[in-house]
Amino acid sequence: MRDAVCGALVGLHRDKEFVFFTGDLGFMALEPLKEVMGALFINAGVAEQNMVSVAAGVASEGMQVWAYSIAPFVYARPLEQIRNDVCFHGFDVKLVGNGGGYAYGSMGATHHALEDYGIMLALQGMRVFVPVFTEDLVAVVRRMSATRGPAYLRLGRGEKPAGFPVPAYAPWRKIVAGGGPVLLAVGPLCGGYIEPLLKLEEKARPQLWALGELPIETYPPPAEFIAEVKDRGALFVAEEHVLQGSVGQSLAHYLAVGGVRYRTFAHFHAAGYPSGLYGSQAFHRKESGIDAQSVIQRIDETMRTNE
Amino acid sequence: MENMEFKNRLKKAKLRLLRMHYESKIGHIGGNLSSLDAILYLHTVAMDATDLFVLSKGHSAGALYISHWMAGKLDESELDRFHRDGSRIAGHPVGGWHPGIRFSTGSLGHGLGLSAGVALARTLKGEQGRVFCLLSDGEWNEGSNWESLIFLAHHCLKNLTLLVDANGLQGFGATGEVATLEPLAEKFRSFALDVREINGHDHMALATALAAPATLPKVVILRTVKGKGVSFMENRMEWHYLPMTEEQYSRAVEEVSRG
Repeated sequence: MRDAVCGALVGLHRDKEFVFFTGDLGFMALEPLKEVMGALFINAGVAEQNMVSVAAGVASEGMQVWAYSIAPFVYARPLEQIRNDVCFHGFDVKLVGNGGGYAYGSMGATHHALEDYGIMLALQGMRVFVPVFTEDLVAVVRRMSATRGPAYLRLGRGEKPAGFPVPAYAPWRKIVAGGGPVLLAVGPLCGGYIEPLLKLEEKARPQLWALGELPIETYPPPAEFIAEVKDRGALFVAEEHVLQGSVGQSLAHYLAVGGVRYRTFAHFHAAGYPSGLYGSQAFHRKESGIDAQSVIQRIDETMRTNE
Repeated sequence: MENMEFKNRLKKAKLRLLRMHYESKIGHIGGNLSSLDAILYLHTVAMDATDLFVLSKGHSAGALYISHWMAGKLDESELDRFHRDGSRIAGHPVGGWHPGIRFSTGSLGHGLGLSAGVALARTLKGEQGRVFCLLSDGEWNEGSNWESLIFLAHHCLKNLTLLVDANGLQGFGATGEVATLEPLAEKFRSFALDVREINGHDHMALATALAAPATLPKVVILRTVKGKGVSFMENRMEWHYLPMTEEQYSRAVEEVSRG
């Protein structure tokens, strides 16, 4: 998705003036953007606190700013700068975090972002974008840019099966039809569920939805999603994010407050590092039980238990 | 501006500052008195309409509000609501509601990066307007300030002036006891900045330092006295925190009035 966001920003640059900062990252990805932006592309160095404060200062002069780094370096290291300098004033600063969830795999825990959007959503006025497919980036970048104010973009790795037709971009999309319970997946994790789900018998197959924009109060689920949850009586949420501040928590709250009743709910989320061992993104997903096979099995077990 | 004229203005500002803090029963008066001279001078003499002041040491908010009031840009009724329920002038500045108070500051180590951003944007757009950022000396404990210093020096933001209120005291000790940062001027010079060190209560020296042509980002180290002008507050750390009793307030008013 990193190359795709670069391409999308190159396109945005043709239509809109903005300033781009990188925290000294983006080698073999951001060069095309650097080339076209000239003085408006600034390497702020390995100094993320300053990068975000400077971004806020630039934005206070009426310019849109995009600031990029590896996810934890752009949301966790400069958290107070995001809170005080950007969000308190509602400045038009777009933070781009590469490698959401366990995407940096065996690079280790310091490079993972398991609590990013929960933390960002706790800040006032912050919107979060978690693209599902690489193909979403053009629309996502345009949507982020079109609305003034703080936003956080969590990039992952596109996991769409070859040949799968990507539905037109929307914050909520039905990805795979099925006659079973509703399964909502957040961001690129969804892509890896498509093929295994399509192998299941359609009658019992979970109906897969993807969510890519938060908070839920700003981007509420469509009526069709609500109707399916009520009709099928079972909702499962899967995401590469810890429980606290998760989509699972906030969606359950949203539905409860809205009086939406259903029998079964289960939430599959990042568990951190339960074994104390480290490995690839796939390894950590497996340990958390959020890989495709684990999710399908856990849904099946839950449905059987509740029958 | 004649020396005496500014001194009279400063006296009026100082008396209103003391009254505001006394009536609100809050502290932080020491650092307000060390920085009032510079903040007042900037807002009533040195800055023009395109310039921006950023108070990184947000705990000197009182001096900022008083300076805006002295410049005719803040109503007296706002001062009466300082630190009260329903006020816009909190103990640390809340940004956005007043054109001269753009940023919410108070957590140290933010104002310089914000100022650098404003200065950078104006440079990129080829716009006029200088940026003045006032920091405390203890604030240089914050690593983020050094990040900002690297950045503003590298980008040679010569429309940016840093002022350091070097009163020698910080939250829980003398600055030299907490962290050895002196000589600050040498450190700043090593970043290839235009560094000047003056008596922060000498407004003629301040005028000279600010008026010098800017070919580099400028740093003006203001050697100041915490609690300046009130004998029992001067160089006393407790006046970072304590509200004044009625007797202390009367004494302070008497000393400042006597001048």
